[in-house]
Amino acid sequence: MKRLGFYMPIALFAGIVVYLAIGLTLDPNKLPSMLIDKPVPEFALPAIEGFDQGLSSSDLKGKASLVNIWGSWCVACIIEHPLLMELAKNNTITIYGIDWKDPPGAGAAWLLKEGNPYTLIGDDADGRVAIDFGVTGAPETFIADKDGRIRYKYIGPITPEVWNEIILPIVEELQR
Amino acid sequence: MIAEIGNFALILGLVLALVQAIVPWWGLKRNNPLLLQVTRRVAIAQFGFIFFSFLILTYLFVTSDFSVANVFQNSHTTKPLMYKIAGVWSNHEGSMLLWVLILALFGAILARPGSKMPEGLRIRALGIQGLIGFAFILFLVFTSNPFDRIFPTPLDGLGLNPLLQDPGLVFHPPFLYLGYVGLSTAFSLAAAGLLEGKIDRIWAGHVRPWVLSAWCFLTFGIALGSWWAYHELGWGGWWFWDPVENASFMPWLFATALFHSLRVVEKREALKTWTSLLAILAFSFSLIGTFLVRSGILTSVHAFAVDPTRGVFLLVLLTLAIGGALALFGYRAPKLKPLGSFSPISREGGIMINNLVIVSACLTVFLGTFYPLFIDALTGNKISVGAPYFNITFLPIMIPALVILGIAIALPWKRGNLKDVLYGLRYAFISALVIGTIVAWFFWTESLVAIFGVILAAWIAGATLTDLANRIRLEGPVKEVLARAIRLPKAFLGMAIAHFGVAVIVVAITGASFWRVETIGMMDIGDTLQAGDLTIKLDKAFLAREENYEKLQGEFTIWKGSEVVTTLTAQKRFYPVRGIETTEAGIKSTFWGDYYLTLGPRAKDGKLAVHFFRNPLVPWLWFGAILLVIGGGVTLIGGHRPARSGSEDETS
Repeated sequence: MKRLGFYMPIALFAGIVVYLAIGLTLDPNKLPSMLIDKPVPEFALPAIEGFDQGLSSSDLKGKASLVNIWGSWCVACIIEHPLLMELAKNNTITIYGIDWKDPPGAGAAWLLKEGNPYTLIGDDADGRVAIDFGVTGAPETFIADKDGRIRYKYIGPITPEVWNEIILPIVEELQR
Repeated sequence: MIAEIGNFALILGLVLALVQAIVPWWGLKRNNPLLLQVTRRVAIAQFGFIFFSFLILTYLFVTSDFSVANVFQNSHTTKPLMYKIAGVWSNHEGSMLLWVLILALFGAILARPGSKMPEGLRIRALGIQGLIGFAFILFLVFTSNPFDRIFPTPLDGLGLNPLLQDPGLVFHPPFLYLGYVGLSTAFSLAAAGLLEGKIDRIWAGHVRPWVLSAWCFLTFGIALGSWWAYHELGWGGWWFWDPVENASFMPWLFATALFHSLRVVEKREALKTWTSLLAILAFSFSLIGTFLVRSGILTSVHAFAVDPTRGVFLLVLLTLAIGGALALFGYRAPKLKPLGSFSPISREGGIMINNLVIVSACLTVFLGTFYPLFIDALTGNKISVGAPYFNITFLPIMIPALVILGIAIALPWKRGNLKDVLYGLRYAFISALVIGTIVAWFFWTESLVAIFGVILAAWIAGATLTDLANRIRLEGPVKEVLARAIRLPKAFLGMAIAHFGVAVIVVAITGASFWRVETIGMMDIGDTLQAGDLTIKLDKAFLAREENYEKLQGEFTIWKGSEVVTTLTAQKRFYPVRGIETTEAGIKSTFWGDYYLTLGPRAKDGKLAVHFFRNPLVPWLWFGAILLVIGGGVTLIGGHRPARSGSEDETS
């Protein structure tokens, strides 16, 4: 019996390998299929400190939009930020922001520093709405159509390549 | 043509690695000294070929040969020479080549003529090293060949991600890999020791320098990475608990635990099973880290391009290597007989507790890093684990290890008297409390944890200095005391330096976390901004063009009352080749901390967004890390000789 104890490490390791193998078949950038083509979860978020208006699910109806999950603490958000600014400047598409798990004031300070590409921003300080969205981390971007249905989700910073090859084609399709 | 020569050299390296993986077992079975000789030569030749192949890739980058896909994707003619060279290891394929190069380098050093290592141990370790090398070169050649061509040849390259164009990052991967891969030697030696059934003080004496040097490299590599994040990301922070940071931190924790417990095996022939398991796990976590970064299984800022074949290949490789070693452990470890016994109140006892604490802390990091994956695999839910999890689990777990550190170094081997030891440390304890009180009095913050951090750091420093003073014996004429200080064993001196470094790091983390001041504002030229008792004034702001980027520069003066404290220059850079913006923080380091300032974009009215931090004690962090490396280095170089072996062990 005592000898079996020495095989504990390999037993544990075998368990880990099983998970890693399952993990390989999953794409961390893929949306859980249940949300695609479903309406966005109902939510009404307050404004972040320093702003007047919050964001709610009804705001997403009317035209296609991007819903961008970000936070002032998010290192990778800075990578996609210039691109979002560019999109906002050219009026390519409406971008809504959800400020995820930020302390009061931090989000506004960040936008003051980096610029604000968002038409409306909701404050998701406790991360409840992000859970409904199935957010895995920031930055994360959802493409919603004019009926407020989620059509695509992209995890990670939107680089120029990602924008041109993945997101823009879907956006053009939706705006047609 | 040149790229093909590089590829050919790499394939020769692959064949030689296979030879190195097979011949030793055959040689041992036949007891044929010639075959053993061949093994050693082959290990050295394998390194030669891979080094040659690496030089060729470097040449292709320096000469901007864009017919090679890897050069095209990661280099550009307008890039400064230093970053053309760094481009070699800034991408998946090139960094994998660096990985196998370092693996082969350690194999060659292991095989070097004149090594005092018992031949049986050395030859077996070389065979295992060859097996690992073969698997990884195979991976490189078939899934990630850095010499693949593209046609037609593009006119110019895509450029290196400008975030990576920083001196800190030029040297970060090589050092990190020297650390990661250096642990492969400990792994091979542990497996060889288990195969031979000899995990004893001679074995430990030979393994320890390898672990210690890998640990020094790893420490330096991690510190460089952190330094890079602090200076280049412009976020005012230096550690983000990113999966890739964790991937380098976990092997570091294991290596730390490992060289402590190796000391116990060497001194007392105890903890043999535990130590051999740690040696296997340290490198296993390097492998898991490599898998994590290169399979695309987790999303991270650092992640390389995702390719499913690579992930599967790496997983198979990892399973065979780690599974094989752990199976061997399960089969052989029960046969290891500890010779020395010890009471819980002893140096060994202290090291054992520290080991357990470090390993549990490491497991919390492992859980946090892999939890999203486990949940995804089980339920399909996507969740994320952020810095708050790590801060509330990892840090408290580490506290007992740090408290015990001060006591353990004062405990004798085998059996000690806790009362005597604590009494001996009374001055360290009292001065820690006094320092804590002084800091609380003059720099009060709301958080008691901050004060506790200071006391903890002072306690470790005090205990280390007490131990040093006891060793030197501060009595008699000054000249004799100094003479005794100089004659201190280097291994002891190195340990004291490193432990003092730990104290410096603890106080730096505390200071930078709890006494930080920051402010944000929109500024015009001539405007001022207030941060605590400091005033920030924008003197100048302009646009300019440099070799491969455009920049927006702001120049600031920091005032304290009517006195100028320092001037700061911060930039925002735009790299047209990749369309990426980076932040160059303006940083002025002083003894007590950094003045740190970053720029945001210019608003429509011409105002500049400015983010200012006063980061206390951050330079101490780098200084503490350097102390760790120096401490490790002094122990390593300072003539720490492996235990004398009986003549029957020296078969060479």
